Amino acid sequence: MKPGFLAKNPSVLAFLALLALFTLAVTLLSTAYGAEIVSTSMVKTLGKTLCLCLIAIAMDLVWGYTGILSLGHFAFFGLGGYMIGMWLMVARTREIVLASAAGVLPMTPQELSDAIATQIFGVVGSSELPAIWHFAGSLPMQLLFVVLVPGLLAFLFGWLAFRSRVTGVYLSILTQAMTLALSLYLFQNDSGLRGNNGLSGLQNIPGLAADQDHLSVWFLWASAVALGLGYLLASFVTSGKFGSVMRGIRDDEARVRFLGYSVESYKLFVFTLTAVIAAIAGALYYPQAGIINPAEMAPIASIYLAVWVAIGGRGRLYGAVMGAAFVSLVSTWFTGGRAPDLTLGIYTVKWVDWWQVLLGLSFVLVTLFAPKGLSGLVDLLAGLRTPWRGGTPLGPDDGSLREEEAVE
Amino acid sequence: MKALLEVSGISVSFDGFRAINNLSFSIGPAELRAVIGPNGAGKTTFMDIVTGKTRPDEGRVLWGEKSVNLLRMNEAQIARAGIGRKFQRPTVFEDQSVAENLMMALKAARAPWKVLVWRPRPADHARVAALAAQVGLADSLTRKSGELSHGQKQWLEIGMLLAQEPRLLLVDEPAAGMTLAEREQTTALLVDLAKTRAVVVVEHDMDFVRRLNCRVTVLHEGSVLAEGSLDHVTADRQVIEVYLGR
Repeated sequence: MKPGFLAKNPSVLAFLALLALFTLAVTLLSTAYGAEIVSTSMVKTLGKTLCLCLIAIAMDLVWGYTGILSLGHFAFFGLGGYMIGMWLMVARTREIVLASAAGVLPMTPQELSDAIATQIFGVVGSSELPAIWHFAGSLPMQLLFVVLVPGLLAFLFGWLAFRSRVTGVYLSILTQAMTLALSLYLFQNDSGLRGNNGLSGLQNIPGLAADQDHLSVWFLWASAVALGLGYLLASFVTSGKFGSVMRGIRDDEARVRFLGYSVESYKLFVFTLTAVIAAIAGALYYPQAGIINPAEMAPIASIYLAVWVAIGGRGRLYGAVMGAAFVSLVSTWFTGGRAPDLTLGIYTVKWVDWWQVLLGLSFVLVTLFAPKGLSGLVDLLAGLRTPWRGGTPLGPDDGSLREEEAVE
Repeated sequence: MKALLEVSGISVSFDGFRAINNLSFSIGPAELRAVIGPNGAGKTTFMDIVTGKTRPDEGRVLWGEKSVNLLRMNEAQIARAGIGRKFQRPTVFEDQSVAENLMMALKAARAPWKVLVWRPRPADHARVAALAAQVGLADSLTRKSGELSHGQKQWLEIGMLLAQEPRLLLVDEPAAGMTLAEREQTTALLVDLAKTRAVVVVEHDMDFVRRLNCRVTVLHEGSVLAEGSLDHVTADRQVIEVYLGR
């Protein structure tokens, strides 16, 4: 009897169970469906955190498993948010325009479209819908774009970068340049996405009469489902021979080539797949955040992502989720001004200012002393220890013993 | 007999240093060949060129019955065409189990989308177990290969090479880091393999080469100095001067 997929990936079942339990608990404590203990804004924060966990899984696939330190995955996250945001803005604005014109003569389609354009683009001094908004009125098209646009960008970028065999820190710089360029481009008013104003009012879902209390819970559910599916997909990808090849590429890509695997195709595949996962996470995140602007795609966001995954523990999916959830929630707490100030005689530590220092310090400490990160705690609980032979291989003529064995 | 691999007139320079100088070499489909030469003779560079790691400045490298030009192919394509390489230092994926290492090397489709849905069948498990037994690692299938001793890693890499089922094996100093008993085992294995495929062994150790009992190619300063039986080349005056005479 062959062991099944779940038997070989024990973390999947545990993860899905925990996720379901968490979602149920939040629902039962929410304002809309239960005890009114968890506020709607807290539900939104938790829903957003689930989306961040999803992009952390993507980052773990690309960095922890394949060894590509991408510092640009938030570009795909942001693009996914923009794509869904375009539909949300247009559809919402159409509702408003139609409502305000009610009772007067019915508007022609041209008048309607002009009115929507003026509403949306008045803020950047324009009254025309740019060409890229052509399909913005159609939800199916924009949902398709959530996957297609970031996927295509990642594919083109990856194709160019991996084909030239750019690796290591150079690739990281390149991905950072990509996200910076994209964010700077979107900051321009004539880029067609409202410049630094970004897209706003995304928390209102057109066509739904529900209030924010209910919407926030629905989005929490959607985010939990996406995270669960993302975890399943990632486990599937990493469990079989494909996972072996990914880890092989991380550890010694030249050797993988000599086994006959086209390393470049694998990197491109993983890079594009994770970009799509990131984009889906973004498309679920920004309706909960309510606003998106180009600053979200600044390189610092992607660097945070790497920090989450490092603190959580690279190379394990639940590590990435733990890191993203823990660090982003703690960060919310510290930067929200709710953490009590620490008085040290003449100096008072204000956590809003000092949180980043603390984060940076813990990143350095984790990298140096606990490379397995938070997920190392799971090993500790399970009583696993890494076997270590120690010593470097002896020279060819000293036989097959390694340093430590030879001492005996 | 038509040659399996035919290398003709290749040259390559690194920063003005001629590592390979008008080198020609050919090997039949079932032949064992030892390549010897002093340090810097171009042995490793020669293997790099055949496996696609280094591109020569001039010359031709033709492969198989259809005389495919290997210089137009990248490392992965060349490996898929049937050339396997064993490095001097054992390079196995230390973070993965012996079984995973062998499974990855097993001859099968290599395209990402095919590998993604590929799941081992009972026949594949059996093949991996057989390979592990052949290289003396039958009890270590689930161990991480990083835990293995140096010699065991060498064997695992040989096992991975066999799993690829290559038509030409390039083996760089296979006896390095092995005990005397293991060396004898290696010799027997290489001689046995050469009955069905081409095997090129790069070696320093003359005793080892003598045991292989095969044709020998002597490299010196990037070109072939002499070729023939070991007794023939060791009697060659030039060879004695540059290599054996020291």
